[in-house]
Amino acid sequence: MAAEPVQIRGAAPADAAALPNVRPRNEGTPLHVEWFDAARVNLSAAERRAATITTRRTVKKEWQAAWLVRAIQLIDLTTLAGDDTEERVARLCAKARKPLRDDLVAALGLDFSLTTGAVCVYPAMVPAAVRALEGSGVPVASVATGFPAGLIPTRLKLEEIRYAVEEGAAEIDIVITRSHVLDQNWRALHDEVRAMRAACGDAHLKAILATGDLRSLRNVYKASMVAMMAGADFIKTSTGKEDVNATLPVSLVMARAIRDYRALTGFDVGFKPAGGIRTAKDALAWMTLMKEELGTDWLEPELFRLGASALLGDIDRQLEHFVTGRYSADNRHAVA
Amino acid sequence: MPAVKDILRTMDYGPAPEANAEILAWLAARPRFGHFIDGEHADPAEGGHFEVRNPATGALLAEVAQGSAADIDAAVAAAKAALAPWQALSGHARARYLYALARLLQKRERFFAVLETMDNGKPIRESRDIDIPLVVRHFYHHAGWAELIESEFPQHRPVGVCGQIVPWNFPLLMLAWKVAPALAAGNTVVLKPAEFTPLSALAFAELCREAGLPQGVVNIVTGDGRTGALLVEHPDVDKIAFTGSTEVGRLIRKATAGTGKKLGLELGGKSPFIVFDDADLDAAVEGVVDSIWFNQGQVCCAGSRLLVQEAVADRLIGKLKARMETLRVGDPLDKSTDVGAIVDTVQLERIRSLVEAGRAEGAVCHQLGAPLPKEGLYFPPTLVTGVGPASTLAQEEIFGPVLVAMTFRTQAEAIELANNSRYGLAASVWSENINVALDAAARLKAGVVWINAANLFDAAAGFGGYRESGFGREGGREGLADYLVPAADVTEAKPVRLRSVDFSAAPAAALPEAVATAPRFDRTAKLYIGGKQARPDSGYSYTVTDHRGAAAGQVGLGNRKDIRNAVEAANKASAWAGVTAHNRAQVLYYLAENLEARANDFRDRIATLVDGDAKAAAAEVEAAVARIAHYAAWADKYDGLVHATRSRNVTLAMNEPFGTIAIACPDEAPLVAFVSLVAPAIAMGNRVVVVPSPVFPLVATDFYQLLDTSDVPGGVVNIVTGERSVLAKTLAEHDDVAAFWYFGVDDGASAVEAASAGNLKPVWAHARPVRWTSPAEGQGREFLRRATQVKNIWVPYGE
Repeated sequence: MAAEPVQIRGAAPADAAALPNVRPRNEGTPLHVEWFDAARVNLSAAERRAATITTRRTVKKEWQAAWLVRAIQLIDLTTLAGDDTEERVARLCAKARKPLRDDLVAALGLDFSLTTGAVCVYPAMVPAAVRALEGSGVPVASVATGFPAGLIPTRLKLEEIRYAVEEGAAEIDIVITRSHVLDQNWRALHDEVRAMRAACGDAHLKAILATGDLRSLRNVYKASMVAMMAGADFIKTSTGKEDVNATLPVSLVMARAIRDYRALTGFDVGFKPAGGIRTAKDALAWMTLMKEELGTDWLEPELFRLGASALLGDIDRQLEHFVTGRYSADNRHAVA
Repeated sequence: MPAVKDILRTMDYGPAPEANAEILAWLAARPRFGHFIDGEHADPAEGGHFEVRNPATGALLAEVAQGSAADIDAAVAAAKAALAPWQALSGHARARYLYALARLLQKRERFFAVLETMDNGKPIRESRDIDIPLVVRHFYHHAGWAELIESEFPQHRPVGVCGQIVPWNFPLLMLAWKVAPALAAGNTVVLKPAEFTPLSALAFAELCREAGLPQGVVNIVTGDGRTGALLVEHPDVDKIAFTGSTEVGRLIRKATAGTGKKLGLELGGKSPFIVFDDADLDAAVEGVVDSIWFNQGQVCCAGSRLLVQEAVADRLIGKLKARMETLRVGDPLDKSTDVGAIVDTVQLERIRSLVEAGRAEGAVCHQLGAPLPKEGLYFPPTLVTGVGPASTLAQEEIFGPVLVAMTFRTQAEAIELANNSRYGLAASVWSENINVALDAAARLKAGVVWINAANLFDAAAGFGGYRESGFGREGGREGLADYLVPAADVTEAKPVRLRSVDFSAAPAAALPEAVATAPRFDRTAKLYIGGKQARPDSGYSYTVTDHRGAAAGQVGLGNRKDIRNAVEAANKASAWAGVTAHNRAQVLYYLAENLEARANDFRDRIATLVDGDAKAAAAEVEAAVARIAHYAAWADKYDGLVHATRSRNVTLAMNEPFGTIAIACPDEAPLVAFVSLVAPAIAMGNRVVVVPSPVFPLVATDFYQLLDTSDVPGGVVNIVTGERSVLAKTLAEHDDVAAFWYFGVDDGASAVEAASAGNLKPVWAHARPVRWTSPAEGQGREFLRRATQVKNIWVPYGE
């Protein structure tokens, strides 16, 4: 069962600002239930690893500043609320284009255009976001497929994806049908995500597993594997709407699934935790997890995103503290 | 300092040094440490000072006093003087001191963590997140025990002055493991820290003063092994608690033999780390990291033998090698360091030479690719393959970051390989199948078993080894018990007047009643081995006399080979441990029933042999019947515990039989003493090789007919008559005898204790006479405690 790992990529990008997409897209594979059927995940051991992964590594001073700058580049700056308006989305996009005050950018010596990784909105807001981000290079991500519960007819799910892509979304965050996982109906899950991937065309697909609904880490692992086999470019923890959102143990299991899938197929799949990531410290924790379990490549937006709305404000404050040595306040930084 | 934009290209962690200015200032103010005796700083009487260095940098940290005989004398005297007032305090009052120490330690957590890391070389992550929090927890936990000791341990008293010798791998934690229970139980302490790492103990001494601990309750004398030896040999020390190498443990066992000192030894290990094919392999890889690359592998319970099921071996080794690449070896004070410095050049050289020896035998070493720091004492994390159970690296405790990997095919083979060791400290078992995991836990010879985990510790759980990993437990109720003695050990019984025994094989004067009438059919008392009567290998018998001095009969003169056969038979009868406790109870009840049916025979025999007092003899038989019934009752009731340690985890403290226990019976009360020792031992599932009183062996040889008729399986009780001290020595030296109970008011105990150093079997040497017919002295939990060893099995759970 264990295929030889395939070395695909060359050296890391020379310029941190420009992160060229040199990686082949995950094309997916036929469903191989035998790849994960016997998978074992020990909850207590996963929790212990997750609890200590952040106590084993620390970044300080310049390194911490650099990691926080990178965290900004990894953010899918998100608004997914019923009261979203086009103006609200435009404000968010403005923050995505310029996430950090100019004086701080200068003080940090950043000689490239710093933006967030993407902006993530509902499909109806894609046109507004695309307009607001024109020329910035910041992609628009749209949730789709009956987000967050995913319980609309399949035909409409695919239609929703096609709409968002047509309106200019470069990334589509789909939700899976949780019952397929709870029923262990892997064929149905594979077919579903495969069809969604086809509907995405060139847009990248992030498969939201809604891990809070899946309950067990074994389910998380298996659903991760099936989503990757179905061609997901990213696997993502949560919609932000479940009772339990991104946690480090769940992320650890998903990262290990990505590692195993890579060993089996040679494809690199990205990871996106979302929901509840609010502080700079949280961001560093997830980044450490990525670096330790998957390697430094997973500290690039191409393979790692942080789904967050409030996180950026805390990072802004921490970076100002790094620059000035004084603790900062919210009102000194532009809101999203 | 690189620019932020440059770091963005590499996304390295960068340096994250823990500040140590506070500790440097503390050390600067104390260039030369003295001892801590009777609450005061004490300059060394004559030994001078030695240097203590930081193994990561070579920097001189301090000069520390070399303890001499005069220093040890002063410290022991102080501890002895402090004993009475300390014990006069209520448990609650002692609890307050322990609580204060816990609080003060907690308030200085970072201070102690940084000091420990500088002195020992362990990563600050470990001293900060593991060592020191466990130290604090240990003092809190035992503050609780001090509070409860009177109600929870009635009829017990403290041991007295405890000499405690701790190793360099967890300097303050081992101090806590020793000092906290000792004080909680009402003992006073003379502690000798390891010469490589004495500084946290000396800082702790200052804390004792800060807490207002009464003078002399804790004394700390620094020095090397010579100082430790002086402490071990000091006549006023009542207990020695030692953690360290098996080699030194043996020396201590010999040195304390016959002194009456209580002894606790926590020694080496070569603990197995078993990965079954249904394990979470990624979790197991992290378990390995937490086992062998924790504290540079300088951990007595380190899972240093990786046993992996063949079906998953390649995958596991592949994952392990990938994981090794992310280990960071370097400055212990850096917060991102995984593996720090080896404690001393002596230890580094030992690791190097063992690995070289392994390489010479053909072992394949896979080592971390990244370069080691140029300065300081470092050894790279190492994975050794291409070894078998016979390889040096698979047998010797390396005490370094070196893991040997071997494969197995079946569960049975895994257990066989795992138990194929002189040691028995800990084991780690990885399987998602509860049947596999618990079966392995039950069959492993180890004092601690972690299921799907490694190196979990808690003050509420016992820690300690089987086999040559030592005896005694630290932590939990079982650990506290080792700092107490049953009040029943104090007896008003008078030693029996020893009747001399003539072991000569020469024909005796005619047996009574044989004179002038036709001879009665001769009854030949034989040895009883493996459920069969056996003639002594020597072919000799000796004559036993009755209370009038007349010949009462002959018994076999057992020798080494009889002992060998008896031990073999006992070990073969291991199924006895596997039957239900109910079943053992039934057998014991049956034995009591049959003894009662033959009460008159035994009464007459005892009366004839002992003193002619038929009434006393009848009372003894009656007591013996009751005694057997007592342990029949206990057989299914000496329950283990479930310790309250971590969340979502059960820590099972199982009372397990030792296996084969050697029992040397005393000369008093020949029947009731015999059953008082045999019954609790076999009730718990042990098999016994009994050397009956050489004065009254006929009582024991009469008894084997009862064994035959009471469904006691062959080999469970083996009886070898003969010269007690000679047979006992052979038994004490026997490496397949797991424990020894020596009851006899003579100097035999000393020889037994000294000879037991071979496989470090625990010896219960009871040199005082016992009023065996008295339930207060002749029976009870202490016998069951001595008949069992506690295995702590950690079972984290959750889906």
